[in-house]
Amino acid sequence: MNSILQYIPLNYYVALAAILFAIGVMGVLFRRNAIIIFMCIELMLNAVNMLLTAFSTFHGDESGQVMVFFIMAVAAAEVAVGLAILVMIYNNIRTVDIDELNKLKG
Amino acid sequence: MNPSLPFFVLATLSVFSALMVVLSRKPVHSVLYLIFCFFTIGGHYLLLNAQFLFAVHIIVYAGAIMVLFLFTLMFINMNKELEPHKTNLLKGAATVAAGCLLLVMVGVTKGAETLAANSNRADVGTVANLGKALYGQYLLPFELISILLLAAMVGAVLLGKKSVE
Repeated sequence: MNSILQYIPLNYYVALAAILFAIGVMGVLFRRNAIIIFMCIELMLNAVNMLLTAFSTFHGDESGQVMVFFIMAVAAAEVAVGLAILVMIYNNIRTVDIDELNKLKG
Repeated sequence: MNPSLPFFVLATLSVFSALMVVLSRKPVHSVLYLIFCFFTIGGHYLLLNAQFLFAVHIIVYAGAIMVLFLFTLMFINMNKELEPHKTNLLKGAATVAAGCLLLVMVGVTKGAETLAANSNRADVGTVANLGKALYGQYLLPFELISILLLAAMVGAVLLGKKSVE
């Protein structure tokens, strides 16, 4: 077996996924453009996917990779609907700045 | 050559491009950096012997999802010269909050002991193995996913239409 996991401890993958996830969280809090926020959510999903793949390869069990495949399909569906909603918001109020989307504020 | 070198190169590129997604001033640059980030994550899949996921990842993320993002961005930010940014105070607060989250996540896994890798199955990520799993044990979820995608497609078309009379 010539897997990378012979040389790289699993902890490194956990740390890398944690860093990418934290960057995604930071992006969601950091930006006002709703599209960028959406992209940061995709980044978080990818961090989790990568970690799940690392665990799956590590354990020699393909179930984890099947789950990653399902997550990708759900993410594709989510992006299609989400971007359609964003385009609709833009058509109605001419902006995707989330600070302007405060109609539900009490 | 140090065999762990590709991991560190890819990890550095991933973190750098992910940071640039957040920090770029122009949305189009963010999208391009995100595409690059997805390619580096695809590289991680290859390193992990997950060829099938690598192919799906490149096709779905770099191919479909990011084109959708670019397309929407062209719709929305067509002639906007400057996009709004948060105040520096809020940006600092966001960075500190994300840093705290990172600290917690790394701290939780710090003391975890590492098991030895299960080395008797190196080929779990091949197309043949995953195909057997997808069409055997996971057949029902696999078919349900297609219904989900159909529903999402119908929803997107309905939302994207101008106005329904």
